[in-house]
Amino acid sequence: MSDASTTPPAGEAPATGTTSDDVLLEVRDLKVHFPITKGLLIDKVVGHVKAVDGVTLDVVRGTTYGLVGESGCGKSTLGRAILRLEEPTSGSVNFAGTDVAAMHGEELRRARRRMQMIFQDPMSSLDPRQTVESIVSEPMRAHGEPAGKKAQQQRVRELLKLVGLPQSAAGRYPHEFSGGQRQRIGIARAIALNPELIIADEPVSALDVSIQAQVVNLLEELQDRLGLTYIVIAHDLAVIKHISDTIGVMYLGSLVEEASSDELYDQPLHPYTIALMSAVPLPDPVAEESRERILLTGDLPSPANPPSGCRFHTRCPYRQETRCDDEVPALREVQPGRKVACHWAEQILSGEIRPSAESHTVAAT
Amino acid sequence: MTPVTQLSDVTSVPSAGGAPLLEVEDLSVTFTRRGRRDVRAVDGVTFSVRPGETVGLVGESGSGKSVTSLAIMRLLPSRGVQVGGRATFDGMDLLSLPKDSMRDIRGRDMAMVFQDPMSSLNPVLTVGRQITEVLKRHRGMQGDQARDEAVTLLSRVGIPDPARRFREYPHQLSGGMRQRALIAISLACKPRLLIADEPTTALDVTIQAQILELLKELVVDSGTSLIMITHDLGVVAGLCDSVNVMYSGRIVETASRYELFGHPRHPYTAGLLGSVPRLDAERGQPLQPIPGSPTDTLPWAHACAFQPRCANRVDRCASETPLLERDPDRRDPIGGPHWLRCFNPVTGDTPVTPPGAELVAPGGDALDPAAEQVGEGDQ
Repeated sequence: MSDASTTPPAGEAPATGTTSDDVLLEVRDLKVHFPITKGLLIDKVVGHVKAVDGVTLDVVRGTTYGLVGESGCGKSTLGRAILRLEEPTSGSVNFAGTDVAAMHGEELRRARRRMQMIFQDPMSSLDPRQTVESIVSEPMRAHGEPAGKKAQQQRVRELLKLVGLPQSAAGRYPHEFSGGQRQRIGIARAIALNPELIIADEPVSALDVSIQAQVVNLLEELQDRLGLTYIVIAHDLAVIKHISDTIGVMYLGSLVEEASSDELYDQPLHPYTIALMSAVPLPDPVAEESRERILLTGDLPSPANPPSGCRFHTRCPYRQETRCDDEVPALREVQPGRKVACHWAEQILSGEIRPSAESHTVAAT
Repeated sequence: MTPVTQLSDVTSVPSAGGAPLLEVEDLSVTFTRRGRRDVRAVDGVTFSVRPGETVGLVGESGSGKSVTSLAIMRLLPSRGVQVGGRATFDGMDLLSLPKDSMRDIRGRDMAMVFQDPMSSLNPVLTVGRQITEVLKRHRGMQGDQARDEAVTLLSRVGIPDPARRFREYPHQLSGGMRQRALIAISLACKPRLLIADEPTTALDVTIQAQILELLKELVVDSGTSLIMITHDLGVVAGLCDSVNVMYSGRIVETASRYELFGHPRHPYTAGLLGSVPRLDAERGQPLQPIPGSPTDTLPWAHACAFQPRCANRVDRCASETPLLERDPDRRDPIGGPHWLRCFNPVTGDTPVTPPGAELVAPGGDALDPAAEQVGEGDQ
């Protein structure tokens, strides 16, 4: 990754749509490359999987940033790299004025208190042999805050109440709870130390439909009450749209579009976002039948060997003869607060470029 | 009652009439285990599928939708399972058919697509081998003929470079392609009925759209009947002619998709619709979740299983079993009658969450559906 073609243009200006100056998290040109090794005794690096390849984003305090994309687009790796659960290859993560990517040892451990994670599968992220009390108080023990067993027990009770679990839950084990309740335990653990930033990686996708809404509402309620900042990672565009203030759409390791939630839905600009939106089924037969649908062909290309030029050009219904194949589009501000990584965003917006015929179907009746 | 939206002028035809291809009557499945109480996973399920029709079975985990399809396909283990009722396919009762005849029907006349293509494809056989196996068994094809047909099938389901994929193993294919290969296998004998059990749940939205489009084309082109099992209301809205909503082993509401989504009557259906975030909804409105979890149920034998989570519950709900009856208040203009199992259905507006909503009963105190005696015959 020697060339700087993916370097963001407007690194200085606040990236998000809002003009608020209170940016909690600044990610600058973050890259996470995993080496592909070959060889029996001596590992020889034969290539890299560029899971995250030059992502720049700002998260404003007290807001929710939604990261959306297909599996394999690097959204989870990005989330983990922000928390340093994955070692970034290059780039910086500036959290409330300090560079997380450069921290080490004790300093990093203490910084983690302020940023926590909620995982997808509550069953595998909770130790089945620990009681709920022990699970929720573990971060308190690790950081000695609040000090003393009594105070910690008191705090556990507060937390359980906050996430809507009964006091009696403290003595029970994770298997005694349903999926939604387990996710509540995970949330209680995440907020135990009053963090500022919470990264939620697919917080509801393992839950039943009727339970998803409970957890989404809980997350929103906690944000209001505790002033939390979220990065929510999900593949479900409807959930992301509901919960986020700003949405970043990822494709093959980089952001292709960033906009406020409403604007993104009203007028998606990047061809990938347009296709993604039209692929989400609506629970309404009438709307389902009347809307235009753009079907993408093929699968996500391998991030070990991404296509040249615009990474989306192999599947793009709007692909043009020039530029797309050989020139990497930069994430540029097309309208105030709206960034798109597409050479032809303006022409697509104005309707000058139409999607190719074979990918463009009106939903069949 | 005043409906919110008027849908009476919808013109689509949910498949012309005619004798049903599959008729499921009063199907029940009970899992028995020594030393444990019996678990009745499916209870008195009745529905029918006409040729060329797409029928949806919707429900959350544990609602019995997958077990229903496995029972119809006779894929449940014979030990520890009691299947009751009738499932008539083209005049034959599938549930009492000898095993050999069932084997002939399965794959040839009825086929199934499973949720996880990785665990339903054999990892040590090439994709081609798994398709030709069906062609050889049911259509008596040999060698090159079977090979050519298999390649044709692969290209028909939209797999690029089918001749190469024919020789490859499942792990060399991506998730979407594996699902396509699985669909190719199930279509190998041009079945008259295809059961798709959550066929897109493991897939990304863009791939999901491709697969759904493929299934839609199949139904239109070859007149295959399709039973679509899913928890995703969006998938149902775009695909199914009629929809059965299941809760805790029983069907609670049946209607055409326009009717169901336009005028949900059962509080559970309405609750499901209210709890899904919609891409086209205004932002900032909180979702209306259904309180509690799908395990908080009352036994159907003497109550409504949904009662503990229901916003519309009345006194009767805890002491009397509602029957699946024709909804007197709704006349579905196109899709036939609207069936409903509820004492106090939703009228027009979405229900409000009951006061003291949060149901917390870890361990499900005394709310065990297994405690149930055999239910009475419905309808």
